[in-house]
Amino acid sequence: MSSLAMQAGIEPSGPRPKQVTAARVGIYAFLLIAALFFLVPLIVMIMTSMKSMNEIRGGNIFALPTQPTFDYWVKAWSSACTGVACTGLAPGFFNSVKITVLSVPISIVIAMINGYALSFWRFRGAEFMFAILVFGAFVPFQVLVYPIIFGLSRVGLFGTLPGIVIVHTIFGMPILTLLFRNFFASLPVELFKAARVDGAGFWRIFFSVMLPMSVPIAIVAVILQVTGIWNDFIFGLVFAGRENMPMTVQLNNIVRTSTGTVEYSTNMAATVLTGAVPLIVYFVSGKWFVRGIAAGAVKG
Amino acid sequence: MATSVDIKDLSLSYGAVTVLNKLNLEVGRGEFIVLLGPSGCGKSTLLNCIAGLLDISDGQIFISGKNVTWDEPKDRGIGMVFQSYALYPQMSVEKNLSFGLRVAGVKKEEIEARVKHASEILQIQPLLKRRPVELSGGQRQRVAIGRALVRDVDVFLFDEPLSNLDAKLRSDLRVEIKRLHQRLKNTMIYVTHDQIEAMTLADRIAIMRNGIIQQFDTPHAIYNKPVNLFVAGFIGSPSMNFLNGQVDSDGTFETGGTKISLNGYGWEDGAVRTGKAVLGIRPEHVTVGEAAGALPFSTEVDIELVEPMGADTIAWTKLGGQPVTFRAAAEVELHSGQKVTIGFDPARGSLFDAESGERI
Repeated sequence: MSSLAMQAGIEPSGPRPKQVTAARVGIYAFLLIAALFFLVPLIVMIMTSMKSMNEIRGGNIFALPTQPTFDYWVKAWSSACTGVACTGLAPGFFNSVKITVLSVPISIVIAMINGYALSFWRFRGAEFMFAILVFGAFVPFQVLVYPIIFGLSRVGLFGTLPGIVIVHTIFGMPILTLLFRNFFASLPVELFKAARVDGAGFWRIFFSVMLPMSVPIAIVAVILQVTGIWNDFIFGLVFAGRENMPMTVQLNNIVRTSTGTVEYSTNMAATVLTGAVPLIVYFVSGKWFVRGIAAGAVKG
Repeated sequence: MATSVDIKDLSLSYGAVTVLNKLNLEVGRGEFIVLLGPSGCGKSTLLNCIAGLLDISDGQIFISGKNVTWDEPKDRGIGMVFQSYALYPQMSVEKNLSFGLRVAGVKKEEIEARVKHASEILQIQPLLKRRPVELSGGQRQRVAIGRALVRDVDVFLFDEPLSNLDAKLRSDLRVEIKRLHQRLKNTMIYVTHDQIEAMTLADRIAIMRNGIIQQFDTPHAIYNKPVNLFVAGFIGSPSMNFLNGQVDSDGTFETGGTKISLNGYGWEDGAVRTGKAVLGIRPEHVTVGEAAGALPFSTEVDIELVEPMGADTIAWTKLGGQPVTFRAAAEVELHSGQKVTIGFDPARGSLFDAESGERI
């Protein structure tokens, strides 16, 4: 008889009684603290964005706004000054939407075909190609900025929307190809053989057999790419050109424009607005994102 | 018999590793051939070469008299059934069956007729609208066979089709495959590592080891006259007893002080061959009890261990210092430590050269 049963003086039967142990309390306490650690900055930002400048100067940052206002959010969206132009974040938002909407599907479709070809059509040198591609994931992109500027300007795409889309597509390729290759490698190769015996060729197997099966991993790729491209700053700054500056670049401009006092409320509102899209993507699809991490795709 | 599949000097190597080396195999039309061997012996590789799913290094493959060495799998007139079923998970059973026909651009009415015909043969009509995930293992394997069936091919290739099923389903489907073969009379080439499947299904068995066909013969011949020690030890469960010893010029086999007369043994050369040899006796050819005394060779032994199997009993003992198992009827009372008389007819055994392992 176990010590537990001896203490209670009862015969053990049925499910073991649940016990609250010190370890369990500790785990919950740690999780709570960790969650607060990451949540507090967001809460402070949202509260600050609703406070007037006077309140900010006078009070502590954890105090609730006495007279909550969304004026600064409206200002951040439509009239905050970025350098000389006072257009708010709105143009940047639409630029980011354009860049994301074009780059995400293009990069994913190409990576999917790459992964499919690399795992099933073992051509000569396939392993080498894959090694080079994965190596690309480890090359610091700052090294490549100048050569790409040079290349793109040669073909007249530097500072254009197609230019920034191409850059995002290329830089998404190593990690996405790895993601899709690993996914396709996990499928039974007999499926591919069966389709070949049935007479299907490269594209027929891709569209009829592989594509319908890769919906889950494609969703993971979409999440990775949307958050990655939306959060991008350096490529947008360097390659997009004045007309296509993404939201992140514009946010930076708003925050750094220092004429007169620094308007914290507007800055906070603008930051939350910029971060809203990836935040919503995480909330809506957290489960899928975790699956993507588990699938071997870790993107910083 | 007309030749259905003819493989000539087939070689396959990956870099320095040779998987198949100058392999020849001729399969008659309508024959059921089983490729049997331990894992890694090249049997699946050979099947994939026949299907055209692997590029070969050398040699030729003919199917129905046509040289298909360079042909795509779909142009070879073959259908293939895989161990993992390999059903397209996103398609219904009906779409799975018709995929090959749709790829080939066959007319709709024709497709419907063929799918109907195949599903009737395999009794899967009620499943046609379902997805593979909604099917049991046995049903999936039927669909996989159906996919080969609708394509109206000359040769069926099976790659360990029953290995993923449980024991009962396996024996059920085994009978069904045999029935299917009797009905369709197609050529079938079937890869397995299960000797029961091989013995029950095959017209002829090709036993492979290290990419070389050791023996290609009827199940009866393979069981009774194995050409070498490997084949002898691979076929049969429990496996054949091997007694190391030597053949004397007077035609007796001597092992650990025991002399066994080889009278009536069918020598390969027609005459006694002396020297070191291995005598192989199947456990089921050993008789126990009174009847043993009447056999050309009998002796008294101690039983060490008894394994009752229900239908019969396997007993372990020693003869001439070497372990011997024998199979006794379930009714015979046996227990360890018991002294019994066992006997066998050496003419039913197999003698192998101790050096080369070849039958003598």
